[in-house]
Amino acid sequence: MLSDKLTSCGIADHSDIPASWPSEERLKKGPVVVVECFQEIPCNPCETSCPRQAIVVGENINDLPKVDHAKCNGCTICVSRCPGLAIFVIDVNYSETESLVTMPYEFLPLPEKGDTVSALDRAGKECCRAKVVKVVNTKAQGKTPLVTLTIPRGMEKSIRFFKLIP
Amino acid sequence: MTNTNFLIIGGGPAGLMAALSSSEFGLDPLIIDENQTIGGQLIKQTHMFFGSKAERAGTRGFEIGMELEQEIGKRNIKIERQASAVGYYPDGTLAVLQNEKVTPLKPKAVLVATGASENFVSFPGSDLPGVYGAGAVQTLMNVYGIKPGRSVLMVGSGNIGLIVSYQLMQAGVQVKAIIEGLPKIGGYLVHASKIARAGVPILTRHTILKALGGDQVSGAVISKIDDKWQTIEGTQQTLEVDTICLAVGLSPLTEILWQAGCQMNYIPELGGQVAWHDDLMMTTMPGIFTAGDVTGIEEASTAMLEGELAGLGAVKFLKGDSKALQSRINDTACRLAALRAGPFGQKAREGKCKLAECRR
Amino acid sequence: MRIGKHPILDFKKGTKIEFFFEGQPVEGFLGEPIAAALHAAGIKVLRHSVKLDRPRGFFCAVGKCSSCLMEVDGVPNVFSCITPIRPGMQVRRQKGRGRIAVN
Repeated sequence: MLSDKLTSCGIADHSDIPASWPSEERLKKGPVVVVECFQEIPCNPCETSCPRQAIVVGENINDLPKVDHAKCNGCTICVSRCPGLAIFVIDVNYSETESLVTMPYEFLPLPEKGDTVSALDRAGKECCRAKVVKVVNTKAQGKTPLVTLTIPRGMEKSIRFFKLIP
Repeated sequence: MTNTNFLIIGGGPAGLMAALSSSEFGLDPLIIDENQTIGGQLIKQTHMFFGSKAERAGTRGFEIGMELEQEIGKRNIKIERQASAVGYYPDGTLAVLQNEKVTPLKPKAVLVATGASENFVSFPGSDLPGVYGAGAVQTLMNVYGIKPGRSVLMVGSGNIGLIVSYQLMQAGVQVKAIIEGLPKIGGYLVHASKIARAGVPILTRHTILKALGGDQVSGAVISKIDDKWQTIEGTQQTLEVDTICLAVGLSPLTEILWQAGCQMNYIPELGGQVAWHDDLMMTTMPGIFTAGDVTGIEEASTAMLEGELAGLGAVKFLKGDSKALQSRINDTACRLAALRAGPFGQKAREGKCKLAECRR
Repeated sequence: MRIGKHPILDFKKGTKIEFFFEGQPVEGFLGEPIAAALHAAGIKVLRHSVKLDRPRGFFCAVGKCSSCLMEVDGVPNVFSCITPIRPGMQVRRQKGRGRIAVN
């Protein structure tokens, strides 16, 4: 069952998240994908773009993607292939106090490595400052650049976007 | 303009796919299109398409349009641009208007793939400059690189409302809110989520009461509504916007089908009056096919597959059946069914079922 | 208002040309429809309605709704949303059903 908040405001709620969340054990091993695709729509580029068969949609392309977090190495290929921009890569091992979150960002201007930005949650609320540690924008991303932010440990479940600080 | 056995009216996703599939089996189709460029609405779709690999999922709509145009070019398929089908006569003559000149064509098979036009919703001030169809705004921004204004209220949360809102944001236009009368978002939630996380509110159970402004829009008054669609006193708010976008659905453009005497049926699930058609998209008039939004409002991906089927149907109608043709038809039909198999395809499935039962 | 850099699209513009709106020069690019070029110049009122003289603008962009009818080189009822600009073209707001120039 999708939460009311998701179906009426477009904001995934605590009750929607567990389905996509990797185990603590897997998180400790390194970067891993979080697929926030909660609604059955006819779509499967996540499956076809994954070189490790870690994401499976299956015969019926309307089925939800099933992620085998053990097979995923957090390579981020699927992040810029997902038409819904619903895939993120989380790494909780960046430092003692910080984690990394990689997200698609289709706006201009693109931030640069080293910039400080304002990190936003799923409702667009400003949560904290974050540092840009990586921007990937090659032909492979097909104009869906990937931006990686450092965020305070514990906020991996909430930070999903950012805005530039003027 | 040369005569043809198979005339395709409309060079959008359905028409182009019909041209390709029919040409593959030896037909020599002619595409006519009203616009300067072919591709229909594909040319302004900047988002990656859904579907599976066979439907070019993950490729942006305008790039799919370019790919199709290239394939059309490779096959030497003839296209007449800025050419409108303006009349269908009882003897099977189609009048085509181009450069203020009418040419009569008499094809043996015709595909009507004319698409749809945007619906309108009335409210005080809805006729003011600054109130646009969402698709019109998409054309202005993504084809001509021109912003409609500085700040926008989007009315409607179906896929078009959500996608155009996101594209407005990409163009540097502020979207103040998206409002939706129903209690739930109509389009894909992944589209809604990418707008919500940028801080744009999606207000379900809200309606527009009026547009403000003298010569052009300067604001909009919106209000919450109850489950009987009545405004709730005290919930009115005024948004300062210079643009109001209406994304309140589409209606099939069926004039040619009516003129041709095809059996038409009112199927609300498909967006209004549509022509009855068989499994190969042929209407009740032998040799007249239909595909895409004109036969039911759906996605571009389903339009492409319907078009592909209609092209194959025209091959069967003009040249007879063959094993290879039949196997290709089965494959296309299966892929179309797969696209419609999920909850989002339910409305189209029900509509097509209803339509099938309407044969008189 | 034209879009500068766009995250997805590269706009290929035609040659810059000049046409006239209500006698005043306006710049646009070849290939652009009249209504689009006027929009870029900040002009949104394209005609006045028949009965109530209400301002009307760009609405459907596909030559179907008739909201954008203008007088172009003396010819009324031109769909300005789909008619491309030409150098020197004289475009005027249409009042009501428009006038036909008689020589």
